[in-house]
Amino acid sequence: MDKMNLQKTANEIRKHIVSSLHAAKCGHPGGSLSAADIITYLYYNEMNVDPANPDKMDRDRFVLSKGHVAPALYSALALKGFFPEEELLKLRKTGAMLQGHPDMKHTPGVDMSAGSLGQGVSVAVGMALSAKMSNEDYRVYTLLGDGEIQEGQVWEAAMFAGHRKLDNLVVIVDNNGLQIDGDIDNVCSPYPIADKFKAFNFHVITIDGHDFDAIDAAFNEARETKGMPTAIIAKTVKGKGVSFMENQASWHGAAPNDEQYEVAMADLEKVGEALCQK
Amino acid sequence: MSEVKKIATRESYGNALVEIGKEHEDLVVLDADLAAATKTNIFQKAFPKRHIDCGIAECDMMGIAAGLSLTGKVPFASSFAMFAAGRAFEQVRNSIGYPKLNVKIGATHAGISVGEDGATHQCNEDIALMRSIPGMVIINPSDDIEARAAVKAAYEYKGPVYMRFGRLAVPVINDNSDYKFEWGKGVTLKEGNDITIIATGLEVSYAIEAAKLLEADGINARVINIHTIKPIDEDIIVKAAKETKKIFTVEEHSIIGGLGSAVCDVVCEKAPTSVYKIGVRDRFGESGPALELIHKYKLDAEGIYEQIKANL
Repeated sequence: MDKMNLQKTANEIRKHIVSSLHAAKCGHPGGSLSAADIITYLYYNEMNVDPANPDKMDRDRFVLSKGHVAPALYSALALKGFFPEEELLKLRKTGAMLQGHPDMKHTPGVDMSAGSLGQGVSVAVGMALSAKMSNEDYRVYTLLGDGEIQEGQVWEAAMFAGHRKLDNLVVIVDNNGLQIDGDIDNVCSPYPIADKFKAFNFHVITIDGHDFDAIDAAFNEARETKGMPTAIIAKTVKGKGVSFMENQASWHGAAPNDEQYEVAMADLEKVGEALCQK
Repeated sequence: MSEVKKIATRESYGNALVEIGKEHEDLVVLDADLAAATKTNIFQKAFPKRHIDCGIAECDMMGIAAGLSLTGKVPFASSFAMFAAGRAFEQVRNSIGYPKLNVKIGATHAGISVGEDGATHQCNEDIALMRSIPGMVIINPSDDIEARAAVKAAYEYKGPVYMRFGRLAVPVINDNSDYKFEWGKGVTLKEGNDITIIATGLEVSYAIEAAKLLEADGINARVINIHTIKPIDEDIIVKAAKETKKIFTVEEHSIIGGLGSAVCDVVCEKAPTSVYKIGVRDRFGESGPALELIHKYKLDAEGIYEQIKANL
């Protein structure tokens, strides 16, 4: 998919995020919107996955370690055809396929149940190790929050991945700078993030996480990197694309009401129209 | 009389992994810097490429095991019970139990029989923790024969299993030609109609001895070995509740949440009967030689006998 179509697809995914959270009346828009471009790229340009055969053994794997941004993943999976788009509006409802955090047992295309922060990255490491042990060439991707990396388990996993030289593993940090209680560097600073991963024997690439050229270059660089895992530190904007949500920690875990929903959708429509006129 | 053979069930675990590993390429073993103590070093020696030392990082180890199981391996993640069930509880719950992954947890050094290392390493709460996870199977074998059979059964079962092993060498009590490990089935080791003693793990051999002491006093005790604590054999418990006057449970574990609680859950609902729980009575352990501690905590034959006599 070219850059223009990636941008358009990401904008559609953002609309689905806003619609599904509005319907659910709760959930996590801020991080879902900041991660939307990365997730779009993964599902449309990077990973070997097949909606018709979601469990095929040679597929690339994605573990959404920051599982609270499930609406971004669900929207990408629905657009790709893993399940009907109508499911998105049942998000978080009793009996729905789409749980508040990813549930591999019920949602086609979800490779691992996750959401308790810090745990998904270890599972991704296990998948990458497994491929190395049996000489399989699938790749493994995991997306972490920048607040999530305050969890010690992330660094246990990073130490192991670096030690085992898992070059089939890409860890992406959605560095939107905000967590529930405020700025990450005020709450308990994880900075310098890049230096930390370097110290754990990762190849580290820092990019603008909303620039598809940069995202494309980073994933290609990761693929060419041998003998060590790659960490992509994606600088992003929490709430990206919705004017009143951008850079607001308060939009970490709150759904838009009817009025806010209209404004948010109008914002995203404008983005979409601008892309069509290019 | 020939001396009774004694083997620690952690040793049985290591040996069984090698036996099964020979036949099944997909079996992999994880450890967290305790391979010599958990005895996975026996497997490591035989299959170095399939032994993964995660370093001292049990939470990460459980996640790695989950990832391995999702990609076709059958991982046996090993550590002390304290760290496997205690430290990594939430990883076991969320990354293994919730997605119902095919991960086997080999937890050694359970209970006070850890001995001299003391309370920080003596896990008397692991059964309680693991019982609370939906779908978790819990096996606590009584001796070497049962432990090796349990590891094989765990490999063959698809889903998460918690296996509890001990550090202390314990008597081999199941060394007879008709022994068969039946998943989820209790074993009546001695018939009796006055009371029932339901024991698990290393307490089974002490329970048999305690029943002999009771016999001398004219008390005819039924002895049941529960190796599968979850799912528990309800039928054998209900039958005992109906046919004998009182149930005594015996475990090297806290009386809160372990075998005793599991038995009470069954009888409360299906055959209300008085149950007295013999175990670690809501306290931490301490340092000392294992056998001395087992005596001090009244978990040897004499201690069980005394507690039964005092609570008939």
